[in-house]
Amino acid sequence: MISRIIEAAAEGQAHNPLLPAPADLLWSSVVFVILLAFFWVRVLPNFKKNLDSRTEAIEGRLEAAEKAQAEAAAKTANIEAEQAEARAEAAKIREEARAEGAAILAELKEQASSEAARLTATAKAQIEAERQAALISLRAEVGSLAIDLASSVVGASLKNEKVATGVVDQFLADLEADASKTKAGKK
Amino acid sequence: MILFAGTPFELNRIMMIRLLVTALVLVVFFLWSGTFKKAYKNKQYVPSRFQLMGEISLNFVRKSIAHEQLGEKDGDRFLPLLTTIFFIVLGMNVTGIIPSLNIASTALIGLPLVLAVAAYFTFIYAGVKKHGVGFFKNSLFPAGVPAAFYILVTPIELLSTFILRPITLALRLTMNMIAGHLLLVLCFSATSYFLFNAEGFFKAFGAGTFLFGFVFTLFEMLVAFLQAYVFTLLTTVYIQLALADEH
Repeated sequence: MISRIIEAAAEGQAHNPLLPAPADLLWSSVVFVILLAFFWVRVLPNFKKNLDSRTEAIEGRLEAAEKAQAEAAAKTANIEAEQAEARAEAAKIREEARAEGAAILAELKEQASSEAARLTATAKAQIEAERQAALISLRAEVGSLAIDLASSVVGASLKNEKVATGVVDQFLADLEADASKTKAGKK
Repeated sequence: MILFAGTPFELNRIMMIRLLVTALVLVVFFLWSGTFKKAYKNKQYVPSRFQLMGEISLNFVRKSIAHEQLGEKDGDRFLPLLTTIFFIVLGMNVTGIIPSLNIASTALIGLPLVLAVAAYFTFIYAGVKKHGVGFFKNSLFPAGVPAAFYILVTPIELLSTFILRPITLALRLTMNMIAGHLLLVLCFSATSYFLFNAEGFFKAFGAGTFLFGFVFTLFEMLVAFLQAYVFTLLTTVYIQLALADEH
């Protein structure tokens, strides 16, 4: 057994393991060149294309998603703007209605008050007219009554119409002056 | 079994394993590539489970290695080389723990050397493309060092940047895989010896060595991935250093 080991060792010494045999180098080079060409020409380009297309797809999808999001945001903004517009319009309409209502109310008030004033004025005028009429008829009646009374008292001397009227007027004026004097005195 | 023995086309076991792994990687990535193509042609943006596995695998190199170190633009520029390196190294490493293959085909210096040379020329190309001859000047005569120190610094930079980088890249991978292979061989040979050749009590040692072998197999899974990651990451870092404006 030991002799066999020594034999093997002696055999091993025949060839230094650090020096390559020609066949070793040749086949190593063949293997290397074949695999290098294979990886270079076939495997890695396919691999890279595969990764690139995937990256592209992912980026494309992200882009599409972003676009959709932007569209949705724009739509939301539009809707909000429309809502705000509608709200503003509603407020305007309300405001107008309120103003109109106020105007109508004011007009009605105005009408009512003018009507009332008119009624008051008419009533006053009527009262005044009636008073005047009453005054006139009263004056005439008082005058004739007084004259009748006086003529019955004084006699026929006062039968002259013109004179009688002057007397009565004089009497009444004195009466009025008297009344205004007592009023002023009271004041 | 060795085909074409004695010629430079000699196909021994490790070469067969390499071709097998190459075929497997081709098939798996051909299918993945097909799902990618179908996905972008049919505008099917939700990946299937199988497609997602491919995307995660390729994105590991693309995002956590290339983009992180180089940024998106330069990362994608050098992605073919980085992806190839990562999946070759990972695939070839994993054969170390696959029953009946049982050896990482990166345990033979040839493949790591080819990959390291590819990385080497790539980072020099990246530097020269960006800075022209200034790349060598930047690398060999780093800015901010007093002129007198260049006597000391320049040989060190020359050695570390242009000589040691590819060598360490190749050796780190090869040695890790050789060591892993030796450990597994040792554990399982010992198990086999103890179980079938040893007498009485020593048979029990077989269980212990088998357990070690099992644990190291799991460990080799980690190493297979880790070495693929480290190889790719270092290549990326070299490219990044070459592209950087100031060294």
